[in-house]
Amino acid sequence: MSAVDASLNTDHHRSRRASDAILLGLLASSIILTLLILLVILGVVTARGAGQVSWEFLSQPPREGLTGGGIFPAIVGTAALVLLMTIAAVPLGVATAIYLHEYTPAEGPRLAWSRWVASKGRHGRFALLRRFLSASLAVVVRSAVANLAGVPSIVFGLFGLGFFIQFIGRGLDRMTQPPGEIVWGQGSLIWAALTLALLTLPTVIVATEEALRTVPPDQREASLALGATRWETIRRIVMPASLPGILTGAILGISRGAGEVAPILFTGAAYYLPFLPQRVTDQFMHLGYHVLILSTQSPDVDATEPLLYGTVFVLLILTFLLNLTGVLIRARTRARLAGR
Amino acid sequence: MPMTIETQPSRLTPNAPSPAAGDERIANPKIDVRNLNFFYGDAHVLHDITLTVPEKQVTALIGPSGCGKSTFLRTLNRMNDIIPGARAEGVIAIDGRNVNDPGLDVVRLRRRVGMVFQKSNPFPKSIFENVAYGLRIGGLKNRGETIEIVEKSLRRAALWDEVKDRLNASAGALSGGQQQRLCIARALAVNPEILLMDEPASALDPIATQKIEELIYELKDNYTIVIVTHNMQQAARVSDRTAFFMLGKLVEYSDTKTIFMTPRERMTEDYVTGRFG
Repeated sequence: MSAVDASLNTDHHRSRRASDAILLGLLASSIILTLLILLVILGVVTARGAGQVSWEFLSQPPREGLTGGGIFPAIVGTAALVLLMTIAAVPLGVATAIYLHEYTPAEGPRLAWSRWVASKGRHGRFALLRRFLSASLAVVVRSAVANLAGVPSIVFGLFGLGFFIQFIGRGLDRMTQPPGEIVWGQGSLIWAALTLALLTLPTVIVATEEALRTVPPDQREASLALGATRWETIRRIVMPASLPGILTGAILGISRGAGEVAPILFTGAAYYLPFLPQRVTDQFMHLGYHVLILSTQSPDVDATEPLLYGTVFVLLILTFLLNLTGVLIRARTRARLAGR
Repeated sequence: MPMTIETQPSRLTPNAPSPAAGDERIANPKIDVRNLNFFYGDAHVLHDITLTVPEKQVTALIGPSGCGKSTFLRTLNRMNDIIPGARAEGVIAIDGRNVNDPGLDVVRLRRRVGMVFQKSNPFPKSIFENVAYGLRIGGLKNRGETIEIVEKSLRRAALWDEVKDRLNASAGALSGGQQQRLCIARALAVNPEILLMDEPASALDPIATQKIEELIYELKDNYTIVIVTHNMQQAARVSDRTAFFMLGKLVEYSDTKTIFMTPRERMTEDYVTGRFG
C-alpha cells in the first residue's frame, strides 16, 4: 500500500462520497419534480380539453349562457390585443434599451460629476456636464424599469383604468366628442393593449440591453474606424448581431403579456360579446379572461367544465405556438449569423 | 534620408522645451504631432509627444506594454474619443490641419485615416459585405463600382486569389491570417491616405505574419503607415522609421537603422537588444 492510501481516511472518504451522491439525488429529484408538475398540468389539460376542440368550438361564439358554443371571439380578441401590445411595447422597449446601452455614458453619475468639477477652466468642459446629466438620466430610467418589473399586475390594471381611460380617454372625449358621448373614455382594446405594453416593457428593455451587451466592442470599433457614425454602427452592426437576443426578449415579454388577465380586467375585457371588435375603441373577449369567467360565473358548472378545459387547452397551444415561433426565428437568425 | 542623430535632443524630460530638430529634416511630413499630452481621467498617459511621420513610409512604434504607443496611435484617428474621460491636448496636424480639434468631423477624419486592430474583427457578414461596408456607409450605391472597388481592395490586401470564388461566404470561415488581411482590405476600400496598424500580426502564426509584413512593404508605395509592434524583428524588417516609447514618453525617434544599430539612448539600446521589455 502506498503513502497516498495511508493518508486517506477511509471513513471520511466514504462520507464524502455519500454526501456527493445525496446531493446528486436531490438535484435529480428536483428536476424530475418540475417535469412531473409540468407533465401533469399538460396531461390533464390535454386529456380533458383536446377532445373539446372542434371546428365549431373554434369558430362559434359562446351560446346558452356560457354552457355551449365556442370561443371564437375570445381567440380573435386575444390575437388583436397581443398584436396591438407588441406594436406599442417592442419599438419603445428596444429604443429605450438602445438609448441606455449605446448612448448613455459608461461611467456612473458620481464619476461624471467629479470629472465635470475637476475640469474647471478647461476648454470644452460643457460636454462633461452633458455626460453627467445623461448618466443621471440613465440611473433614473434604469431604476424606473427595475421598479416597473416588480409592480403587481393588478396595479397595472388600476393604473390603466385611472390613467388611460379616466384621464386620457375622458380627455379625448371632451375634446373630440359632443357632450355626453363616450368613445374613448371606456374600456377598450387600445387601452388594454397599452396597459399590457407597460407590463411587458421591462422584459423587453432588460432583454434587449442584455443582447446589446453581447455584441463585442471590437465590432463597434471596427465600424467607427471606417468612418461610420454611431447610429450607422448601431443600425448596421449592433442591431443585426443582437437581433436573436432582442427577438427572444420580445417574445418572452409578449407571451407573458398574452396570458395576463389582471391588467385587462378594468381596461376593456368583456364578459360576453356576440360580435368581434371592429375598432380599437371596442371592447373585446379574451381567452384568459374567458377562463376566469367560465370557472366563476357559470350558471351550470357541469355543462361549462368541458368548455373550460377546451379554452385552457387552446390558450396553452397558442402560447406554445408563440414561443415556438420565437425559437424558430431565433434559430434562423443565429444560423444566418453563424460562422464567426 | 540623411539623419544626424547627434543633434536629436532627448525627450526624456517632459518639461524640457520640445525641440524637434531631428524631425524637421523630414521633407514630406504627413502627420506632424506637437506637444501631445494625453489623459485618461487623472492619469497622464502621454507626456509631451512631438514627432513627425513622413509620407508613404512605414513608421513603427515600439516600447514595453503600457508605454502609451497604442494610445498614441489611437489619437491619430481620434478613436480615443469613445473612451470615457479620455482627453488629448496638443496639436496633431495631418497635411497641415489640426485634427485634435473638438469641432473636427471625426467621421471624415476616419475615412482618411484607416485602422487595423490587434485582434482581427471582421463583421459577421460575407467577405464581400465586409469590404463593401465602408463604401455603403459612404453612400456608394452603384453596384458595378462597388464590385470593382471590393476586388481592387482584396487584391491590394493580397487576399483576392484566396477568396475570389467564395465572396459570399461568411468572413468567419477564413483563417486568422486571412481575416486580418480582410480587415486590411476593408480599411483600404474607403481609400484612406494613412493606415494605422495596432499590432496587426501579434495573434498570427509566422507564415501569416510574413504575409502581413510583405503586404505592409507593398502598401507603403501608396499609403503612409504607422504600426505598433511588440516584435523587434518586425519593426526592423518593415519600418523606415522607429519611435521608442517608454512610460508615456517618446525616448527616441529616428530612422530604423539608427534605432537598432546605433541608438543614442542607453534605454533604447537595452530595449531593442532585449535586456528588458
